[in-house]
Amino acid sequence: MVDPRTSVINARLIRTSRIIAVSSGKGGVGKSMVATALALALARSGCRVGLFDLDFTGPSTHIILGAQKVALKEEKGIVPPAVHGLEYMSLVYFVGDNPAPLRGADVSNALIELLSVTQWGALDFLVIDMPPGIGDAVLDLLRLVKRIEFLIVTTPSMLAFETVKKQVELLCELKTPIIGIVENMKMDKSESVELGTRKLGLRYLGAIPFDPHVEDAIGKETKLMSTAVGKGLQEIAKKFILSGKSEL
Amino acid sequence: MHEWALAEAILTSATEVAVKENMKEVTEVTIRVGELQQVERPILRFAISQMKTPLFKSTKFHFLTAKSSFRCRVCGTTWHFDSKSMDKETAEAIHFVPEVAHSYIKCPKCGSPDFEIASGRGVWLESVKGAK
Repeated sequence: MVDPRTSVINARLIRTSRIIAVSSGKGGVGKSMVATALALALARSGCRVGLFDLDFTGPSTHIILGAQKVALKEEKGIVPPAVHGLEYMSLVYFVGDNPAPLRGADVSNALIELLSVTQWGALDFLVIDMPPGIGDAVLDLLRLVKRIEFLIVTTPSMLAFETVKKQVELLCELKTPIIGIVENMKMDKSESVELGTRKLGLRYLGAIPFDPHVEDAIGKETKLMSTAVGKGLQEIAKKFILSGKSEL
Repeated sequence: MHEWALAEAILTSATEVAVKENMKEVTEVTIRVGELQQVERPILRFAISQMKTPLFKSTKFHFLTAKSSFRCRVCGTTWHFDSKSMDKETAEAIHFVPEVAHSYIKCPKCGSPDFEIASGRGVWLESVKGAK
């Protein structure tokens, strides 16, 4: 018996030039904020961008964007609604404010279902907000989606960076391209993450200073892009993503 | 899953099987659809008829339904899916992404959302028969 759904996943993404999974070894490092700001930064530079929230059990990009509940348009699948110039898809369109208590196999099935029904347009970039860690969603994406690249987010904490090392090891073993590592919420001048990143043979994409105004900018796209996160991601997009390919 | 997206997936998968087995023509395709998918069979048939390639010119498409059953991981109760007991919006959300059932359905005995979809989930291409 064959699961026919997986046969159309790459066809759904054929008009997307680059697929960037924004990922982290552990939660709480600001990954969703970075993913959203990256998508908005790329869109502001004139690119056609999609944002896909795959953090099913803890989705938050819709809150960061201030996305409203809309009736989904159907056209041989589901057309992602436009939110601040992005093509946007999240499980929240199906579960609303209800929790989604999914176990591993359910995460895999929901991911396959959403990948196979979402009709993305012609995109320069599809940014994916991943769940933290190296669990089912990461393994499924690596199995099902060709041409995926990773951008990894950490904080200056040794605890966060230690989990990043494991993630990098896995991705390198699987020969998955890594754009580099972003150090988020930096509060001092320590160079330990930068040095650790170089030791891993990866690019250090930059440090985003901790900005207390970010909380006030949640749900306000223009304000978000004027915070340290917004400005930092515009710089990173310009320097490392719009200019070329990944390093590994 | 959306019927048109499903039709495309079925035809793509069946084509892959046919090419692998050097079939010149596909005569019969059997698909098992989980009840939880709530697929509208006439729409699926129509979508297949509109999207099919010459390889499927005279193919008979057979659809089987797998009845859904849930099993509570907390108290072990088993029960069946009943779309009639829910509002249209909820039923539609489950139609598109069946796993969101976990956001709307609870164990009728203990109220836990931690249940297993024991059967009636997914879509499976059971067999592809053809002439070489």
